[in-house]
Amino acid sequence: MQIIVCVKAVPDTATRIKIASNGQKIDQEGVKYALGPYDARACAKAIELRDAIKGDSKVIAIASGFSDGERDAKKRLKDVLALGADKGVFIADPDPEHRDPLSVAQALAAAIKAQGKWDLVLFGRQAVDDQNLAVGPMTAALLGVACVTDAVALEVTGDKAVVTRAAESRTETIEVKLPACVTAQRDLAEEKYPKLKDILGAGKKPIETFAFAWPAPAWEVKKLSAPPPRQAGKIVGEGPDAVPKLLELLQSEAKALTF
Amino acid sequence: MASKIVVFAEVRDGRFKKAALECLSEARKLKGELGGGDVTAVVVGGAQVSSLAPSLGAYGADRVLVASADWLERYDGEAYSKLVVAAVSAEKPDVVLIAASLDGKDLAPRVAALLGAGLAADVTAAKVEGGKLQITRPVYAGKAYATLEVKTTPQVISVRPNAFPAEQKTGTAQVSPLAISFKPEDLPSKVLEVKAAKTGKADLTEAERIVSGGRGLKGPENFKIIEELAEEIGATVGASRAVVDSGWRPHSDQVGQTGKTVSPNLYVAVGVSGAIQHLAGMSTSKCIVAINKDKDAPIFKVADYGIVGDLFEVVPRMTAEVRKLKGK
Ligand SMILES: Cc1cc2nc3c(=O)[nH]c(=O)nc-3n(C[C@H](O)[C@H](O)[C@H](O)COP(=O)(O)OP(=O)(O)OC[C@H]3O[C@@H](n4cnc5c(N)ncnc54)[C@H](O)[C@@H]3O)c2cc1C
Repeated sequence: MQIIVCVKAVPDTATRIKIASNGQKIDQEGVKYALGPYDARACAKAIELRDAIKGDSKVIAIASGFSDGERDAKKRLKDVLALGADKGVFIADPDPEHRDPLSVAQALAAAIKAQGKWDLVLFGRQAVDDQNLAVGPMTAALLGVACVTDAVALEVTGDKAVVTRAAESRTETIEVKLPACVTAQRDLAEEKYPKLKDILGAGKKPIETFAFAWPAPAWEVKKLSAPPPRQAGKIVGEGPDAVPKLLELLQSEAKALTF
Repeated sequence: MASKIVVFAEVRDGRFKKAALECLSEARKLKGELGGGDVTAVVVGGAQVSSLAPSLGAYGADRVLVASADWLERYDGEAYSKLVVAAVSAEKPDVVLIAASLDGKDLAPRVAALLGAGLAADVTAAKVEGGKLQITRPVYAGKAYATLEVKTTPQVISVRPNAFPAEQKTGTAQVSPLAISFKPEDLPSKVLEVKAAKTGKADLTEAERIVSGGRGLKGPENFKIIEELAEEIGATVGASRAVVDSGWRPHSDQVGQTGKTVSPNLYVAVGVSGAIQHLAGMSTSKCIVAINKDKDAPIFKVADYGIVGDLFEVVPRMTAEVRKLKGK
């Protein structure tokens, strides 16, 4: 079985984002990058599935992104190889910051098709920077296969997968024909941490480059701006005796409560 | 330039979602700014949805297309996306609006990709400039905002719940059926089982009021006081990651950069310190209240109102005072 996992390098969630002076991009100074946290769960699941299946199963990790410095997406492919993936595929993107999700899905779909036979493609449910929550289902649509989002459990039997989806106020068990795409919710797999020897060994695993001719983007980003600043709030008081005052302000001033 | 707008109007528990009505009202507004045109709502659901459809006129729909069948009662990404795409292909709109509810977030990208259209997700503001739609959406988990123009026709926009008002005016919509050209057996996936979680309560993403508990609660059993307050003010319960990681609450309750992004009218953070990843998920809330015993907790920097104190005293008192105000 051939399992593909698509991953993204994202700014570490603790990063404070500053907008560059051109008002178009973020200031890269001091920004640390990491494997997207949901992507990490997808990788863990992909490797778990491969290890559970006898025979010639492989995990291929694909990343599209920057090719330089701290933000280099190849570094994140190395992370996935250290976790146990067999091969990395890198798609260089000259402008990942403003890349729209349809274009990313087109690049991934092309790279996936170039892998020959594939049975399952896993994604993180969302990249924690853009938060489009779109690349998984879009790639599936372009590949013409089914997609189950927000998976919290996944089992493969023969040419089918049974996926548990954490939907709104309900959990669904969905049977899907393979090949298919699945996006990982946090509970899909335990997080894995590579051992030192695996990190060293990852250097010997192949990372191929997939050349993609990026189409005209589906959107034009005009500017980035800082979030509207929040007005400095007030401490209403200390302890439970401040409660009546708070409730009065919530009703009369903030108009956030009515009874 | 007249414009055509298609709005997917999501139904849940036999009613249109408030987020769907927000989309329709925004579509009516954009139609005006784009120099007139037509707003068509697309409704998919079980047999009862046909009778609901005319009411969408008051929120901005000129016409409603309804696909109803028993097997469409519950959301299914494969089936619903095919139907919305069929409607869009027939209507040829300039803009498609979908509420960015949890199901909407699954639907919008499928529809966009099947149409070869660009998608702007979880949009928080939209305006017309020079005849073009300018979209604002959060990026870097709300640490920045991007202003952008989608270049494709149509363009698909998913709209953040609670970011736009739902306005009821007068008007009725003309309702016609949307043909269903496939059977459930034709779909590549099949739902084997559905387990309903909590019902009745709005999902966090769409909730108008949220009371969130953090590690300050000290243990899962103490969430009872959060639930009681939430019950009295009609709020949904949320949680910090520290609480979810400790196994006190399910991950579906987590607010933040790796949880849910929320914009309620009222967000009450109880025993939550206000870490950057938590703030990323809730700082667009309209009114933020913080209850924390540490006056220097970062949550107070974004809170509109704060009480410095022991949550075990403050929260039960709040519940009691609310009951008094309600005349209980
Ligand atoms: C990759 C990554 C992703 C993350 N994503 C998220 C996310 O999505 N959401 C999220 O929330 N966090 C996230 N975090 C975690 C985040 O950094 C914080 O660790 C977490 O938010 C802290 O939770 P807390 O505020 O409940 O706990 P703490 O930081 O421990 O705060 C507890 C607060 O309770 C107060 N308190 C204690 N006792 C009382 C009392 N009796 N009365 C009143 N106040 C009291 C304390 O003063 C303190 O401010 C993420 C972290 C990482 C690394």
